Amino acid sequence: MSSAAGVVAQEVLDEVNGAEVREEHDQRKQEQKDRMEATNRETLLRILYQMVLIRRLEEKAAESYSLGKIGGFCHLYIGQEAVAVGALSALRPDDYVLTSYREHGHAIAKGISPDEVMAELYGKAGGCSSGKGGSMHLFDANVNFLGGHAIVGGQIPLATGVAFASKYRGTDQVTLCFFGEAAVNQGAFHESLNMAQLYKLPCIYICENNQYGMGTSLERAMSLQDVSQKACAYDVASEFVDGMDVLAVREATERAVARARREQLPTLLEIRTYRFMGHSMSDPGNYRTRAEIEKYQERDPIKLFTASLKEKKLLDDQALADLEQRVRGEVDAAVRFAEESPEPAPEELFTHIYANQ
Amino acid sequence: MAVLTMRDALNQAMREEMHRDENVFLMGEEVAAYQGAYKVSRGLLQEFGDKRVIDSPITELGFAGLGVGAAMVGLRPIIEFMTFNFSILATDQIINSAAKMLYMSGGQFKVPIVFRGPGGSAYQVSSQHSQAIESWYAHFPGLKVVMPSTPADAKGLLKSAIRDDNPVIFIEQERMYGNKGEVSEDEEFTIPLGVAEVKREGTDATIVARSLMVPLALKAAEELEKQGVSCEVVDPRTIRPLDIDTIIESVRKTNRVVVAEESHPFCGVGAEISAQIMEHAFDYLDAPVRRVSGVDAPTPYAKNLENLAIPDVQRIIAAVREVAYLD
Repeated sequence: MSSAAGVVAQEVLDEVNGAEVREEHDQRKQEQKDRMEATNRETLLRILYQMVLIRRLEEKAAESYSLGKIGGFCHLYIGQEAVAVGALSALRPDDYVLTSYREHGHAIAKGISPDEVMAELYGKAGGCSSGKGGSMHLFDANVNFLGGHAIVGGQIPLATGVAFASKYRGTDQVTLCFFGEAAVNQGAFHESLNMAQLYKLPCIYICENNQYGMGTSLERAMSLQDVSQKACAYDVASEFVDGMDVLAVREATERAVARARREQLPTLLEIRTYRFMGHSMSDPGNYRTRAEIEKYQERDPIKLFTASLKEKKLLDDQALADLEQRVRGEVDAAVRFAEESPEPAPEELFTHIYANQ
Repeated sequence: MAVLTMRDALNQAMREEMHRDENVFLMGEEVAAYQGAYKVSRGLLQEFGDKRVIDSPITELGFAGLGVGAAMVGLRPIIEFMTFNFSILATDQIINSAAKMLYMSGGQFKVPIVFRGPGGSAYQVSSQHSQAIESWYAHFPGLKVVMPSTPADAKGLLKSAIRDDNPVIFIEQERMYGNKGEVSEDEEFTIPLGVAEVKREGTDATIVARSLMVPLALKAAEELEKQGVSCEVVDPRTIRPLDIDTIIESVRKTNRVVVAEESHPFCGVGAEISAQIMEHAFDYLDAPVRRVSGVDAPTPYAKNLENLAIPDVQRIIAAVREVAYLD
């Protein structure tokens, strides 16, 4: 029994990691071209802009962290931008998002201003959580961004409840819940998927499979590594998506959103991606080879998307330079805002412990 | 006024609040079709339908977290734990999510939710089903913790808990569901959280007691009256926020204190109350504060051992006589 299961798992692993994915990816290239034609240029450029903005903002955050201006844990999203940007581009503004502690990208893509994100990382009063949450707890009620959550998998039942509330009220809002593949080993994941299908909730569970839970590879932590297959256990629809292809992420999310909005049904998306940096700023990443990282950097989602836009003559070097300059201006402004924002007043230590206190 | 069991008083509180506010819903194991493991939710499914009275799978972390998420966007869930023993599986969502959400979001997301169910000692169900864990929850800023001792308190406090904009841990004593008492039928009858009640006035010693210990303390006080000792019984009713002022006022009058509780003594609520009395009223004390707690051992199954594990009237009497220097 165990050896048979092992064979199945190995086949699945080969399928997931190996040539078939590439092949499928190639097959989809034509579809992507069609998609690109179907998506208007303004949207495509906004997607590129957001990815670049997230990348540059985080590069700046890393710099500020090294200078001691940002404290605590700082988990960078570099390499994974296509997941947040692609998925959130499929949402309406009134839809909800909950995610993990690696959430700078999702926060920006959902519409929190870079100023408020950076100020939060700086622990300043002008931050989106008033300096009380920090890098791992970005919140903004104005854009329905319901937080970065820092216990692995903790946001998954919460998102399930947010989706429950939408159904309870009879709205057609959907909830996107992001988490890493390591969260899939938590009970919270399984309990939530079970309830979401049982109660028919409009929740989209997005597993950002970056293949490492801190320093432990997927292979060392998960007996069955095909995450999307786990949805079968709960009769939940699922899809495997290339997370380096922002439009593929967008399209898969659109399908899930349609299912959630029209049929009030959940979906599990396994989006295969890779983080180019360590788990956090303090992680040198010795558990991965340089060659492995470089292999994935060849498929840097920003590079890939830029190349396809150029190929389609939707972007030229000048336009790209202009975009980079605009991003630089916005990042510099965010840093200035964060630097100049005051620290929280000492009395803030004791506010917001209780509502109506 | 009507005479109701604690069970029915709680049921009435939920029914009234569900009529009052359509954002209130009840979720938990066996709350709907089975009518509640302890029949506290009896009739609610029939009255409100399965949209608002929802059976959950046995998945405490999951449905506790679902409740917190629903509360973040404005619903007012009542999450029933079949017993608080099972809430231990949900502590991540209660402590890391519910208690801290408002704070770490800089005041943006409040969590108006009630986690309720029976807790404390039960009858011969051994270690995992018979324990008092209020001190766990009371430890955390952001949570409120309520423990009623009468049907009237149960109704008035639960209604306030449901209306409260904060996460409230509402622990009902499993052995007290059948206890009867007079309860107001006024739909606007509520008891504010954070207000203690002097359940019996006295002059010689104060017994601070909560939940199941309140009726035992009152019996002890009756007995001690015959022995010439006048006891005041103070029931904090809400553990957090703690109405320390009412306790201190009593201590200033009696100068002697016994704290009775079912929970283990170590890091317990009784330890906190004792410390606060020392901090606020040291000069008024004529004797060291004495705690009468559940023993520092898991609850055993055997009837004779179980009887030894949980405080009884005799132990409370002995403690009062000790602080009064009568023995």
